[in-house]
Amino acid sequence: MKPFKIVIVIFLFACISTKVSAQDVTALVMKVKNKLDQVNDYTAEGKMKTDIAFIKAPVGGVKVFYKKPNKFKLQRNGGISVLPKGGVSINIGNMIVTTGFTAIDAGVVDIGKVKTRIIKLLPNGDNNDIILSTLYIDEANLLIIKSITSTRENGTYEMEMRYGKFAEYGLPDKVLFSFNAKDYKLPKGITLEFEDTDQATKDKLKGKKGRVEITYSAYEINKGIADSVFK
Amino acid sequence: MWVHLRIELYKIFRKPRTYLAFAAITALIVIIQIGLYVDGKEYTEFVMADFANSFAVDGKILNGYFICYVILQLLLIHVPLLIALIAADMISGEANMGTLRLLLTKPQSRTAIVTAKFLASVIYTLMLLIWIAILGLFVSTMIFGTDDLFIMKSSYVVIVKESDVFWRYTGAFCFAALAMITVASLGFFLSFFAENSIGPIVATMSVIIVCTILSTMNIPIFNVIKPYLFTTHMITWKEFFDFKVNDANEAIVGSIQYPERIIHSSIVLLIHILGFAGGAILLFRKKDILS
Repeated sequence: MKPFKIVIVIFLFACISTKVSAQDVTALVMKVKNKLDQVNDYTAEGKMKTDIAFIKAPVGGVKVFYKKPNKFKLQRNGGISVLPKGGVSINIGNMIVTTGFTAIDAGVVDIGKVKTRIIKLLPNGDNNDIILSTLYIDEANLLIIKSITSTRENGTYEMEMRYGKFAEYGLPDKVLFSFNAKDYKLPKGITLEFEDTDQATKDKLKGKKGRVEITYSAYEINKGIADSVFK
Repeated sequence: MWVHLRIELYKIFRKPRTYLAFAAITALIVIIQIGLYVDGKEYTEFVMADFANSFAVDGKILNGYFICYVILQLLLIHVPLLIALIAADMISGEANMGTLRLLLTKPQSRTAIVTAKFLASVIYTLMLLIWIAILGLFVSTMIFGTDDLFIMKSSYVVIVKESDVFWRYTGAFCFAALAMITVASLGFFLSFFAENSIGPIVATMSVIIVCTILSTMNIPIFNVIKPYLFTTHMITWKEFFDFKVNDANEAIVGSIQYPERIIHSSIVLLIHILGFAGGAILLFRKKDILS
């Protein structure tokens, strides 16, 4: 009987520690969420660089608008912008979902010099577009350093954040957004091109991750934004 | 020769068919502009169908610069036919009307006379292109406004900054002038071999159509001759709308991806012009006008 008791004790201990760990990470997520909740709205200006193998685009100025709970708009300061569908619209309002998700502690990892806790957020329902969200949280400063979001419709997106002047609000100075870019091809009949693309260019266009980098230069926080901006 | 050039220009602009070409271009451009003004959204959605599955494009794609690119893409295939109407008639027209002998009684060398005729057809060609630039670029930007230029190539997409577009059009139109002068010199050259206008005009059109088809077809046996066909090089104006990127895939504003292609194609076209025009001058100097 003695070994059996030991097994039961270990099992109960494992269950309790898992429960405690889940509560801990949920509390951590809530703390981060509360920090982000200081921001009711913001307007930010910055530079956007698109690094997608088959898109040649100049670096351009962007203006970003956010309003609680989930209104987000990224507009280029004049000019044309190309963004992966559904991806860049992931913002502080929808990056952390605290209801209808189960938080799982997935350990600790260093990103650069920052020690982060990995937390996986699993949706409880079947109708959510997000299948899995993994957050890498700097526990000391309550900042999301990295997030990986897998969606049903738009693939998997990875966001890395670098913080500076606005870290107290949980707002990054730089966002690196990466995703898997599908190959692109358009019939020559439409483009009216006679010559084939040379092999070197073809090789360069293949199998590369797409990246969008936004470097923010200024934030205006909680100054109020009209709803009409997001239409 | 200046006086003779003015006379040749006067003759060209006295012919109704000269204005037919301007009218045809006006009609084509206006049709494209109206079509894109009314249904431009559907057109861009069709072209971008594959791309739009993965990416959201924000901005005014359907702007004057884009419209001009579409117009140039479509028209530079058809404008050669309009140029042939005039250039291929320069000598054969005189022969047809029986004025060739009278023309050569003037106290001018045959070289001066034929050079004046060639220059007149070049001026007509340039005026046609200027007209395309006025309608295609300036009127389009007035109607549709301006923004970055969004171009979809067969393997990649290029977004040219608005401030970086105009000089590229200047270069593209200069290159297009070279391509169209090649067509004019071909028509001019062929006009020596007939005594009526229809023959050289149809011959010029046929040569352009056959060469364009050969340039378009991606069949190994034709790939050998492609680099020597002037039609292969006529579309090199598009190279002005592709720029270099650095290692971080950042666009280098003001650059051209393959400037050597533009130089190479320009040389090939210049050789064709010199060949056709020089051949025409040589032939004309020895032409028997008594029979």
